[in-house]
Amino acid sequence: MAGKNCVAIAGDTRFGVRNQTVALDSNRIFKINNRTLFGMTGLNTDILTLRESFKFQMNLYNLEEEREISPKTFAHNVAQTLYSKRFGPYFITPIIAGLEGEDYTPFLCATDLIGAMEFPKSFVVAGTGEESLMGVCETFYKENMEPEELFEVVSQCLLAAVDRDALSGWGSVVHVLTKDGITTKRLRTRKD
Amino acid sequence: MKKMSFFNFSLTTFSPNGKLLQIEHALKAVESGATSLGIKASNGVVIVTVKKLPTTLIDENSVKKIQKLNDGIGVIYSGLGPDYRVLISKARKKSQQYFKQYNEIIPVNIISRKVAGIMQEFTQSGGVRPFGVSLLVAGYDHNGPQLFQVDPSGSFWAWKATAIGKNSSNSKKFLEKRYKPDMEIEDAINTAILTLKEGFEGEMDEFNIEVGVIKNDKKFRILEPEEVKDYISELNL
Repeated sequence: MAGKNCVAIAGDTRFGVRNQTVALDSNRIFKINNRTLFGMTGLNTDILTLRESFKFQMNLYNLEEEREISPKTFAHNVAQTLYSKRFGPYFITPIIAGLEGEDYTPFLCATDLIGAMEFPKSFVVAGTGEESLMGVCETFYKENMEPEELFEVVSQCLLAAVDRDALSGWGSVVHVLTKDGITTKRLRTRKD
Repeated sequence: MKKMSFFNFSLTTFSPNGKLLQIEHALKAVESGATSLGIKASNGVVIVTVKKLPTTLIDENSVKKIQKLNDGIGVIYSGLGPDYRVLISKARKKSQQYFKQYNEIIPVNIISRKVAGIMQEFTQSGGVRPFGVSLLVAGYDHNGPQLFQVDPSGSFWAWKATAIGKNSSNSKKFLEKRYKPDMEIEDAINTAILTLKEGFEGEMDEFNIEVGVIKNDKKFRILEPEEVKDYISELNL
């Protein structure tokens, strides 16, 4: 979700195989650099593999270009990587959130599993609880939220939505990205 | 398309005193090519070249020596024209591949490095010879205006101002005296054309030189003959 010169990205931390919960601490939101956060939902093995794959690409980018990648460029890179597997895709839904340019303009991008990009201005949702999340976010989102308010809104949206979805929950984490850095908070959810 | 190489061994091998003679010879080919020079100003880059055609019968409109690699980067050469065309083709492909991946115009130092890599490949692969061109790559990206030279050996480095081809050492001496780090682009264009005029055999006009400029709008432009004529007449005053 985007606020005023800040973005927040939140997710639950359950890793399950259908109705069996395998882990409670799976972190699916990754920091690419001080300006970009990258979250994924979907098949866990693809999440882990792509995490390593993008880490590899970004390390090389930093060394060759001698600069940090901007969120928009990273989003295009993700989309291109996903499309390169068009006929045998990675089963993930990625979300990229970041602050673009010298003005720290909020940047949001979501793609589908084969790299079709959308650049909404307000919020993006993904995962098994995405329908509940969409509803709650629509209701609670407002423009130009400051970081504290953004954190509150994002947390409440996530908590409300995971309660409605049997496959989500068991803990959650919220990252708020501003020009001063990333604040990370873990929230307690219902453990069922 | 990869050409079938019937040789498994490189034709460029070290001589006992540690030199790669093929590369030295390639540099000789560059040295006898038409003069090209470039100047990096504080707010842009200019590259110019001599377009001396062997006979007036050639349609000079069909000959374009300065080429764009993409909207933000222009190139000129000294040496063998056909080798240049092949390199431009490969460089354009690399630059588009980068754009497809990142949706961003390739930075000047990165494309220079990739082109240098291609040229180095041809000094070490089987059955091929080095390219007989040195390139001047001019561009404007997030690091500001930049001018790079790429040599047949595959080495590349950035210049503030330089000349390649015939008369390059005299031109460089001339540039050394005239170059100022805070030079503006208009000044640089005048200096570049003046430097070219110094070593020019015969009468210089808007049809036998080519001028390419990139300013902080990040769009590389090859100047029309009318614009070149204006600059030349300014110098003649």
